[in-house]
Amino acid sequence: MSAATETLIEPSSSAPVTSTAAYPTTRLLYWSVRRELWENRSIYLGPLIVAGVMLIGFVLGARRHVRFFFQDAIRAIDLLDPAQRAEMLTKPLSLTAIPIVIAASLVALFYCLDALHGERRDRSILFWKSLPVSDFVTVLSKVLVPLVVLPAVTCLTIIGLQLLLVFVGSLVLLTGGLDGTALWTGLPLLQLWITMIYGIVVLALWYAPIYLWLLLVSGWAKRSTFLWAVLPPLALCLIERIAFDTTVLWKLLLDRLDGFMHHGFDFERHRDATPDPLALFATPGLWIGLVVAIGLFAATVWFRRYRQPI
Amino acid sequence: MACIRASGLRKTFGGTVALDGIDLSIGEGRIVGLIGPNGAGKSTLLNAVLGLTSYDGTLDVLGRDPWRERESLMRDVCFIADVAVMPRWMRVSQALDFVAGIHPRFDRAKAEAFLAKTTIKRKSRVKELSKGMVTQLHLALVMAIDAKLLVLDEPTLGLDILFRKQFYDSLLNDYFNGGRTIVVTTHQVEEIEHVLTDVVFIDRGRLVLSCGMEDFESRYTEVVVHPEHLVAARAFGPIGERTTFGRTVMLFERIDRSLLAPRGASRTPSIADLSVAVLGRDTPSDLLLAV
Repeated sequence: MSAATETLIEPSSSAPVTSTAAYPTTRLLYWSVRRELWENRSIYLGPLIVAGVMLIGFVLGARRHVRFFFQDAIRAIDLLDPAQRAEMLTKPLSLTAIPIVIAASLVALFYCLDALHGERRDRSILFWKSLPVSDFVTVLSKVLVPLVVLPAVTCLTIIGLQLLLVFVGSLVLLTGGLDGTALWTGLPLLQLWITMIYGIVVLALWYAPIYLWLLLVSGWAKRSTFLWAVLPPLALCLIERIAFDTTVLWKLLLDRLDGFMHHGFDFERHRDATPDPLALFATPGLWIGLVVAIGLFAATVWFRRYRQPI
Repeated sequence: MACIRASGLRKTFGGTVALDGIDLSIGEGRIVGLIGPNGAGKSTLLNAVLGLTSYDGTLDVLGRDPWRERESLMRDVCFIADVAVMPRWMRVSQALDFVAGIHPRFDRAKAEAFLAKTTIKRKSRVKELSKGMVTQLHLALVMAIDAKLLVLDEPTLGLDILFRKQFYDSLLNDYFNGGRTIVVTTHQVEEIEHVLTDVVFIDRGRLVLSCGMEDFESRYTEVVVHPEHLVAARAFGPIGERTTFGRTVMLFERIDRSLLAPRGASRTPSIADLSVAVLGRDTPSDLLLAV
């Protein structure tokens, strides 16, 4: 082994050190994101498990659910007005997305809170820092998880679940002697999914400053990351209330938590939530939130560089 | 060409001075033992060299400023901080995949060949491996990286003697060649004494001694002094004196051995004994470093 090794290694040269060509940032980023998925399997297992539980529940109670979910559907097929028919068919199915989105959001929150704390706690940050991946790329890979990876996983999981639900529903209709293709033709699946994907993208953009705040705390706090993340904003709200008897901050905070629905969708001109991207882009809160997120990102990269293992 | 060049290197944490003006030059192809008591500033110095901490003064590692150019520096530098830093959740195969994915100088076949000589399974997670196996894994990764500088900060802490010996043997036989530089800190200095080309002593953030092993022998002499010659021997100004098994051993710097011949048997001191004499003078509680 040693003889072979010696021939492989270039002799020591007195020429100035030339650095090896670095791998492109995209490659470093790709592996860093894969690394996050290895470490945090909840990123895909969380949404998948919730979807699986819903599917099992649906199959076990198929008969009852078909009545619940699709009795209207069967009746709707006979309706003449296509818009009315689509609405009746879509509503129960679209609701199945909600538990998965909630699960994914919880995974994102807890992921962010631990992403930069865990590696300092177990000192593995020293291992990561011994490799030629910059703090910028590392933090960026951790930001991509709640902003890109989890939304993508969520969308795919929801689409998969809904396809399976319609499939099971069709089987039940068939065994009942009804038309098994009725659901496939009657459901505006594409439109349903476009709305769902739009909603998930809006949610990610709207929550970006929250995720970045949690990542910042995770890269800064020595312990009790949850308390450091939650208490200071609440304390500021309390101070404002006591000192000025106003609730501007509190309202801002609430708007940040649930405002994405209200800013991103139009509830007034339509009976159902209809994507309204123009109104969304006209919302200053969206842009302010993104600018804050970028600032928090820069601070997080700075902390990754300066903070020592705990 | 110097691999590491520091001048006036300073680092303070709040009011504590960790590095107090270090001037140091380490040439390419050396194996340097960095020795000092706990809290002497060894790790801070290494952290500065690795770009993990900011500093005042100038520091040049392989022609780069480590704090500003850490990322590019890490393509040419490897380090093992200590055995406990491999992420516990990671599988052996994932560690290989990741390093192969991001390190342009990693030779996966080499790492696989090294691992094949161990009992480490690819599917195992780091947390399932024994401490010795984690070190072997880390070493397998590091040895497969064609780096110019390898920094080892207590790499064998908590390992039994067999693993420690194996660790340094692998390092010397399969890794070290004239073009590479190794900087190592360890409390078991006697185990690596024979492989070092240089020793650097630091204490309280200052460089106490920097000496090539070529000079070491001619520079330091240890004499086991006959009891009746104690006073006469002391007249030559020993830099250290200790009593073992009732016999007094004195340590001299730059002295003609023939002068001391009548006072007792002379020999070259071990690095551990020298470190006690040089570093332990007024901090007896820190003497345990080499014991």
